[in-house]
Amino acid sequence: MPNLEHPAYPAATLLRLESLVPCRESQVSMLLSIFGERQQFTFPSIFIYGHTSSGKTYVMQTLLNTLQLPHVFVNCVEYFTSRLLLEEILIQLQNCSFETKHASHVLCDTFNDFVRMFKQAVTSQDLQDQTLYIVLDRAEQLREMEANILPAFLRLQELTDRNVTVVLLSEIVWELFRPSTGCFEPFTLYFPDYSIGHLQKILSHNHPPEYSADFYAAYINILLGVFYMVCRDLKELQHLAALNFSKYCEPVVRGEANERDTRKLWKNIEPHLKKAMQTVYLREISSSQWERLQRDDGEPGQLKGLSAHAHVELPYYSKFLLIAAYLASYNPVRTDKRFFLKHHGKIKKTNFMKKHEKTSNHLLGPKPFPLDRLLAILYSIVDNRVAPTANIFSQITSLVTLQLLSLVGHNDQLDGPRYKCTVSLDFIRAIARFFSLLHLKEGQSIGP
Amino acid sequence: MLSFLFKVKISAMSKRKSKESSSANGECISQVQRILRERFCHHHATGKPFGIEHQYRHLLELLKRTTVHGESNSALIIGPRGSGKTMLLNHVLKELMEIKQIRENLLEVHLNGLLQTNDKVALKEITRQLHLENVVGDKVFGSFAENLAFLLEALRKGDRTSSCPVLFILDEFDLFVHHKNQTLLYNLFDISQSAQTPVTVIGLTCRQDILELLEKRVKSRFSHRQIYLMNSFDFKQYIKIFKEQLSLPAEFLDESFAQKWNNNVQHLSEDKTVQDMLQNLFHYSKDLRSLHLLLMLALSNVTVHHPLITASDLHEASKQYRMDSKANIVHEFQKFMQRKAHCMYNFEKPVVMKAFEHLLQLELVKPIERPSVRAQREYLLMKLLLDNNQIMDALQAYPNCPTDVKQWATSSLSWL
Repeated sequence: MPNLEHPAYPAATLLRLESLVPCRESQVSMLLSIFGERQQFTFPSIFIYGHTSSGKTYVMQTLLNTLQLPHVFVNCVEYFTSRLLLEEILIQLQNCSFETKHASHVLCDTFNDFVRMFKQAVTSQDLQDQTLYIVLDRAEQLREMEANILPAFLRLQELTDRNVTVVLLSEIVWELFRPSTGCFEPFTLYFPDYSIGHLQKILSHNHPPEYSADFYAAYINILLGVFYMVCRDLKELQHLAALNFSKYCEPVVRGEANERDTRKLWKNIEPHLKKAMQTVYLREISSSQWERLQRDDGEPGQLKGLSAHAHVELPYYSKFLLIAAYLASYNPVRTDKRFFLKHHGKIKKTNFMKKHEKTSNHLLGPKPFPLDRLLAILYSIVDNRVAPTANIFSQITSLVTLQLLSLVGHNDQLDGPRYKCTVSLDFIRAIARFFSLLHLKEGQSIGP
Repeated sequence: MLSFLFKVKISAMSKRKSKESSSANGECISQVQRILRERFCHHHATGKPFGIEHQYRHLLELLKRTTVHGESNSALIIGPRGSGKTMLLNHVLKELMEIKQIRENLLEVHLNGLLQTNDKVALKEITRQLHLENVVGDKVFGSFAENLAFLLEALRKGDRTSSCPVLFILDEFDLFVHHKNQTLLYNLFDISQSAQTPVTVIGLTCRQDILELLEKRVKSRFSHRQIYLMNSFDFKQYIKIFKEQLSLPAEFLDESFAQKWNNNVQHLSEDKTVQDMLQNLFHYSKDLRSLHLLLMLALSNVTVHHPLITASDLHEASKQYRMDSKANIVHEFQKFMQRKAHCMYNFEKPVVMKAFEHLLQLELVKPIERPSVRAQREYLLMKLLLDNNQIMDALQAYPNCPTDVKQWATSSLSWL
C-alpha cells in the first residue's frame, strides 16, 4: 500500500489520515495530488461517483477535516430547493471564518445574489487564498432544481473569479447529468466497490473489546459468506454484524463451546443468518423486534413481518369475486369455455398461440376484463345461485377502493367498466385455502 | 584518520548540497505547479490565443469603432463549448484597456444567462454594474425600455455632449432567448440601433442555430454580425499547442530548471507514443478544455521526487480521462443477474426485488412511463439503458464471476 505523502501537509497528519480511511488509499492519494497545496488552483469542479456505501462521503469528510481545508458540506436531499441550498452554503461559509461570532440570517433567492454574496463572504475571510471546497452530497437532486443550478455550480470558479472548487458526490454516472446544450465538464473520479477482502478488513476493524480480533474476524467471515452474494453495502453489513453478534457469542457465553470451535458456532448461527436475510435485511421487521426475537428464541412462525400485514379479511362474496377476478385477468378468454362449462370441446392450437406460448401470462401482468365476464365466472364458481343484486356490485366497488382490483379506463365509458386484478398468486392461494378448509369438495383449478 | 575525516566532510557537504538542491527543487516544483495550475484550471490568459487571428482582428476592430469612434454595434460570437469564446473576448478587452482613452471611458456590463434568469434580475444587475443604484433610487418605471433609457441618460456626464460608450457582454446568450418576450434582447439591440449612446452588444453562445431562436423583431434589430470559432487547427498545430501549454514562461525564477523542463516537454512532444495518445484525444475532442484536463492530471503527479512529466504520466492521465463510467457501474453489478434454476444459491423473490430496486436507483434501468397507483410495481415495463457491448465488457473485466452468469450472458446476448 503506498504511503500518503505530500509536501504541503505534515507527515503525522497524513499518517493519521491513512489510518482513518482503510482500503481507500489510492483514491485519497489521487485526491491529494489533485488538490495540491493549499493556495494552488485545482479543477473548478470534481464529480465523484460510485455505489452506495463505497465511502465517497466518508472519505471526503475525513480528508477535508483532517487536513483542515476550508470547506462547506451540504446534502442536496436535505436542502432540496435552490433557495435552501444556496442559503445553507452561505450560512456555513460564515461559520468557516473566525471573525463572525454567530451566523446572521441570509436571504438568497437566486444564483445571481448567491454569486454576489459569495464574493463578499470570501474576501472578508482570512482564507489567505486557500482553495475553498464546496461539497454537494447526493448531487443527483440538483437535476430536479432549476435548470441553471447545476451548470452554474460547475462554473463557480469562473463566475466568482475566486479560488473555489465544487465537488459533487453521486451514485449516478455523469452521462445522466449532462444538460442538453452541454456544460463545463468536471473531472470525474470513480470509487470502486470494496472487494470481499476490503469488507473483511473494515468490518473486523471495530470488534468489541471483550473478544479477540481473531474470533470476530471468523464471525465476519461467516457473515460475509452468507450475505456477500446478495449485499455488498457496507452500512447494511455493519448493521447485520452488530445485530447478530450476540447470537453468535451465545454458545461461548453459555459455556458450550470455546472461541475456537468454529463448527459448533457455525451450526448455531447459520439458520439465524438465513432467517435474517428474509426478515431484517428486507426490513420486514425492525431491528428491535429482531433482537427481542433472538432473546426469546421464538418460533419463526410467530414472525409477523410487514408483508404479512397486507392480508385483509374480506366478506364471503368478496372472496369469490376476487378469485373470479384473478381467473379473468390471467386466463385468456378462449379458455373460459373449457374451464367453466360442463360440456366443452377441445381447443385447437393455432400458429399464433404456438409462437406466444413462451411468455407466460404471469410474467406479463394482469389483463383487463369487462364486468360481464367477471360475473359470468363468478356464477360458475359459486355453488348456489347468486343474484346480481346491488350487494354484489357494491362489493366490487369496495374491492376497487381497497386497490385489490383496479378500474381500467374512465368512469364514463359507455360499454361497461373494465377491471384488472392487482393481487398476486400467493394472496389468492391464501384465500382459496380458506375455502378448501370450509368446503372439502372445493376443487378449483387456480390458474393455468 | 585524516582521509576518513576528509571523506566524512565531503559526504556531509554533498548531502548539504543535495539537500539545498532538493529544497530549491521543492520551491521550484511548487512554483511550477502554481503557474501551470493557474493556466489549466483558472484559464488565465497566457499570451496570444492560437489559430484565431482573423476573428481576433475582427473583434478588435469592432470594439475600437465603438469605443473610439462612437459607433453602436452588435455581434455574436458562436462556437462549440471550449472553443475559446470567452478567452478571445478577454484578450481583446485586455488589449483595448492598454489604450488610455478607452480605459477611462469605457463602461462594461457583464451579464450571464446562468445567473440572470429573467429580465427583472438582469435589469437590476445592469443598474448595479453601472453603479447607478443611487440614481435610480425608488423610482418606478412603466416598462423595461423606460428604465433602460433612464439608465443610459444618467450616464451622460455634466460637461459632455455625448455619454461614455457602454459594452454589454452577454454570456450564455442562448439562455436569454428563453426569457419572456425576449424583452432584454429587444431593448438592447434597439438601443444599439438608435445610436444615441454608443452601445455595443456582444453575445457569446454555443448554439449554432441561435438566429432561429430570436424573434423576428429582435432579429431585425440585430446586425447579423457573427464571429465563428470552430477549433479549426489541425493535428500539427495541436501538438504545437500542447508544447506551448506545457512550457514554462521565460520569466521563471530558476532558469536552469525551466530549461530542463522545456527540453523535457520538447522531448515529449516528439515521442511517438505521446503523439499517438494525443492523436486519440484529438479525434475524440478537439477543444482545449479536454487537453487542459489531461495536462492537469499529468501535472498532479509532479513532485520533488518526480520533477518532470513522463510519457507514462500522460498515458495514465489519458486512461483515467477516457474511462467508460457506465461500464464501471455495471462491472460491479453483475451479481444480481442470477437465474434461480442454474444457480446454487436460491434467493427469495423479495431479496431479488431489493436488488432490482438498487438497479433502478442507479438509473441503469428506467421505467418507460411514470409509475402510477394503478399499475403494480412488479409489472411496470422497464427499459435498459445500457447496450450489449457494455454488459459484455463489464462481464469480462469482473473478477470471480460465476460461470453460469457468464454463460447465460454469452448465450442470450451473442445473437444480437
